Amino acid sequence: MAEGKALKYAYYPGCSLEATAREYDESVRASARLLGVELVELEDWNCCGASSAHCTNTGLSHALPARNLAMAERQGNDLAVSCAACFLRFKQTNHDLRADDALRQTIEKAIGAPYQAKTEVEHVLSIFARQVGLEEIKPRVKKPLKGLKLAAYYGCYLVRPPDVTRFDDPEYPMVMDDLLAAIGAEPVDWTHKVECCGGNLLLARTDVVARLCDDICQAALDAGAAALVAACPLCLANLDLRQTVGVPIFYFSELLALALGASTREVNSWCKRHIHNPAPVLKAQNLI
Amino acid sequence: MTVRLVTQQGTESADPAFTREVLGTSHANLERCYQCMACSSGCPVAYAFDYAPHQLLRMVQLGLKDRVLDSTTYWLCASCETCATRCPNDIPIVQVMDTLRHIALREGRTQQTGLPLFHETFLSGVKSNGKVFELMLILRYMLMSKDIFKLGELPKNIKMGIDMFTRGKLAILPDRIKGLANIKRIFQQTERENG
Repeated sequence: MAEGKALKYAYYPGCSLEATAREYDESVRASARLLGVELVELEDWNCCGASSAHCTNTGLSHALPARNLAMAERQGNDLAVSCAACFLRFKQTNHDLRADDALRQTIEKAIGAPYQAKTEVEHVLSIFARQVGLEEIKPRVKKPLKGLKLAAYYGCYLVRPPDVTRFDDPEYPMVMDDLLAAIGAEPVDWTHKVECCGGNLLLARTDVVARLCDDICQAALDAGAAALVAACPLCLANLDLRQTVGVPIFYFSELLALALGASTREVNSWCKRHIHNPAPVLKAQNLI
Repeated sequence: MTVRLVTQQGTESADPAFTREVLGTSHANLERCYQCMACSSGCPVAYAFDYAPHQLLRMVQLGLKDRVLDSTTYWLCASCETCATRCPNDIPIVQVMDTLRHIALREGRTQQTGLPLFHETFLSGVKSNGKVFELMLILRYMLMSKDIFKLGELPKNIKMGIDMFTRGKLAILPDRIKGLANIKRIFQQTERENG
């Protein structure tokens, strides 16, 4: 973090973070607090439309994210997003609207508000690892996650399409690995960092999701990891609910907050909400 | 205009207007595809498709509209973007899949998989609340798809429901945004644009 530069964002949690992924929301906010990043929840935000909008109606897939982007633009804040799927919808909307001014005007008409496509969008993982910065995080670590071998799982929408998300290497990203190493954990080299969890097939083809998630979880075990680490509520829901391998999955923010000094009680309250409770992995290293 | 094509499946009718529509709407330089199969090799869901991605692209090139639209491939595609990221010819394959879905919906060809129902259920929730209410999405989809009546799956589904409830993963009441009129307007305007 550049000296004296206060980091302040309009925060977009997304629908899942109000229910299935409440622990993700709480741990992101805790991490932000511990790092001095100000996240002000975007007032009256709406669903980004997710895959269902772009699969059925392109205009809707631009207009639903644009309403949120326009509200952030009026406030003059950039947008911090926790869900990787929402993140891509916002990035895609900006990408398309910036390339086509007639489209931008059509979308302004649909949302009934001006939008100049000026709001920058950043995923919270990248805000912590890059805007705050690893060098700023290291001295603030109160509890290094020593002995914790982890498989950093990025999934699809952080890294692909690369010209839209501009996030990291699309085949072998490192930003989460570097963050985990900075807080004292041991990220493993492994094969399934950017493999798909099955995404929006979650209800309609649970068989496909189970197969993909089992492959991912098995690959993490084979690489010697005790747990997976995710940065998307949809990835975690699919992996946690559908796998039969039995590997626990953390949100990266739960580990970041723990290392920065979040209480054992708080961390336990997050772990308890996972289907495969990851707390024993922390207990085995005497971290809680 | 219809063209008759002799394929391995006999004589099929090909529709050049279909090819043109998919190319135009997806901004896809589809003529560049030289069947290198990078898309199909990396596709995590290809094993569940009836046609692999490179086969579907060739069928679109040829204008085999009925065979393309009757395929399950473009509905089951998880939009993971692995194919498009690796395509040496920069073909936006996921946009091609989206265009095929839009054409299929317009022509009422939604019988193949549960995905059209999933998308409809998802978006109807967004239309009424401005947000997704996950509990209702799950229950409504399971009911409408009749998945809830699959007795073999019932114990597993009940266990999952209990697991999610006891861990506080399901909100019991929907949250409705204040600017709902705004959302309804967005749906109206974009449905009109979509024709």
